Amino acid sequence: MIEILRHSFVQNAFLAGVIVAILSSFVGYFIILRGQAFACEALSHVGFTGALAAALVGASALEGMFLFTLLAAFGIGALGKRLSGRDLEVGMVLSFVLGLGVLFLSLYTKNATEAVGVLFGSILSVTINDVQVILGSGVFIIILMVVLFRPLLFASVEPEVAEARGIPVQQLSILFLILLAISVAVAVKVVGVLLVFALLVVPAAAAEHLTHRPWLAIGTSILISLFSVLAGLILAFIGHWPVSFYIVSLTSLFYFMALIVHALRSPRRYRELPHPSREVFPPSD
Amino acid sequence: MFAIFQYPFIQNALIAGSMVAIVAAVLGYFLIVRGLSFAGHALSSIGFAGAAGAVLLGVSPIYGLMVFTVTASIAISILGREVRERDVATGVIMTFALGLGILFLSLYHGYAEQAYSILFGTIVGVSRDDVVFTFLLGLILLIMIAIIGRPLLFSSFDAELAETRGVPVRALGSIFLVLIALTISITTQVVGVLLVFALLIGPPATAVRLVHQPFRAIVLAAILGLTYTWLGILLGGNSPWPVSFFITALSFGVYLPVRLSSKGIDSKRSAKGFEKLSVADPALPSEKERHD
Repeated sequence: MIEILRHSFVQNAFLAGVIVAILSSFVGYFIILRGQAFACEALSHVGFTGALAAALVGASALEGMFLFTLLAAFGIGALGKRLSGRDLEVGMVLSFVLGLGVLFLSLYTKNATEAVGVLFGSILSVTINDVQVILGSGVFIIILMVVLFRPLLFASVEPEVAEARGIPVQQLSILFLILLAISVAVAVKVVGVLLVFALLVVPAAAAEHLTHRPWLAIGTSILISLFSVLAGLILAFIGHWPVSFYIVSLTSLFYFMALIVHALRSPRRYRELPHPSREVFPPSD
Repeated sequence: MFAIFQYPFIQNALIAGSMVAIVAAVLGYFLIVRGLSFAGHALSSIGFAGAAGAVLLGVSPIYGLMVFTVTASIAISILGREVRERDVATGVIMTFALGLGILFLSLYHGYAEQAYSILFGTIVGVSRDDVVFTFLLGLILLIMIAIIGRPLLFSSFDAELAETRGVPVRALGSIFLVLIALTISITTQVVGVLLVFALLIGPPATAVRLVHQPFRAIVLAAILGLTYTWLGILLGGNSPWPVSFFITALSFGVYLPVRLSSKGIDSKRSAKGFEKLSVADPALPSEKERHD
């Protein structure tokens, strides 16, 4: 087992996995808070097209993903000012961009292996260059998140009040989307386009069920995703199944355990008291 | 250009594609009205695991798709009831299913090619059996939605009022999700798991911006869906580019100008559409009743 660690591709995989696990917890906390899970999903799909477009012109997949996810983040920020109806717009852009991805794929090569690598992650093919880029973006994102933590938290929880207090809510929102775009691009390198959710959203959602304190939630989320990534990598070296499958299963497992803990822990006194109208018509949600 | 219609595989594609386009557009309308577009996306991703599992077992992907999407739709309606954030719960199930899908495919040999055809659709690879199956299932789905359409619409616009009028809101919601699951199973054959949105959401999303009366919007959505599919097959059959690319490009290319030219009026207009509906239909509440 220890022998394996000598290979540079294994070291790269572990390094990239650790950085992505930490940075995605910071971003993930706010994704949950701001209800932007779907935007995250859409950005990751845009990354797919970016990676294939990069392959078409001979650039590296990460460069393509950065370019496309950033453009998409600006697009989402500019298009959807109102929250309602945003799902539809995001979804339409998403399917069009994926269609473009299919086109690039058919132009680039008839061989679908490239696409599958992007879709499901290829952590074992991360190069030392990629690790440097991932580390750079990770440090950048974490510093910005720490600096902007309080205003962003305020703007996410109470946008109207924050606006009245002079916090630039709109600009923060676009800035957050940009950070999200960068995180998605690097997370794709580890778990692939389709499973970005597993690192960006699932650990944060699990942590959110366990604690309501922001920093504690982020800490818990980091622990969950670090454990999942490291255990996933180790399991993949022992077993023969894909890394991303292990990572996804572990983070999902944590989420469902957190759901159960949350359900068991919620104290009686906070439950809704029976009310005449509720007894006749149970609440619809 | 039209010579391709002589080939039996193109004919199969056209028949299956037409049925799928109509069913997807009609059910997609309700999906939009209920604000469930994310669930639609999630169900199709979950279908990927089902299709991959079916390939592994050596059966037709459509059966795997149906089993997984229907199970997931039931799970979503149960989880979504208890958990506050339905989107996240849906997303977790979806991600886990995708993880399972990649596992199934890695256990299977023709790994990449098979993944590609499930993800992006192989309409020209539809067999005669698939066509018959798609057609029958599509017909059943259309009949079902014709039966539950009216109360479903009522409960989508105003759930509380519908509940007081004795409409089984929750049961309808669950049945509807199962219908969506089946729709996605057949739509996947045409455009693939990842591009289901182009047929399920694209046509109705465009239609609701053009006409506001529900029935007309549904008919327009079906016409749009049919047009995209036929043009997509025609263009794809005559060029080396994939059919699913043309369908998504058409769907988006029509949606974008319509969306941009009708900016910010959707909430007002849909309220108006509801009033029109209520005047035309005595079973639905009138303007005055709604404000009581």
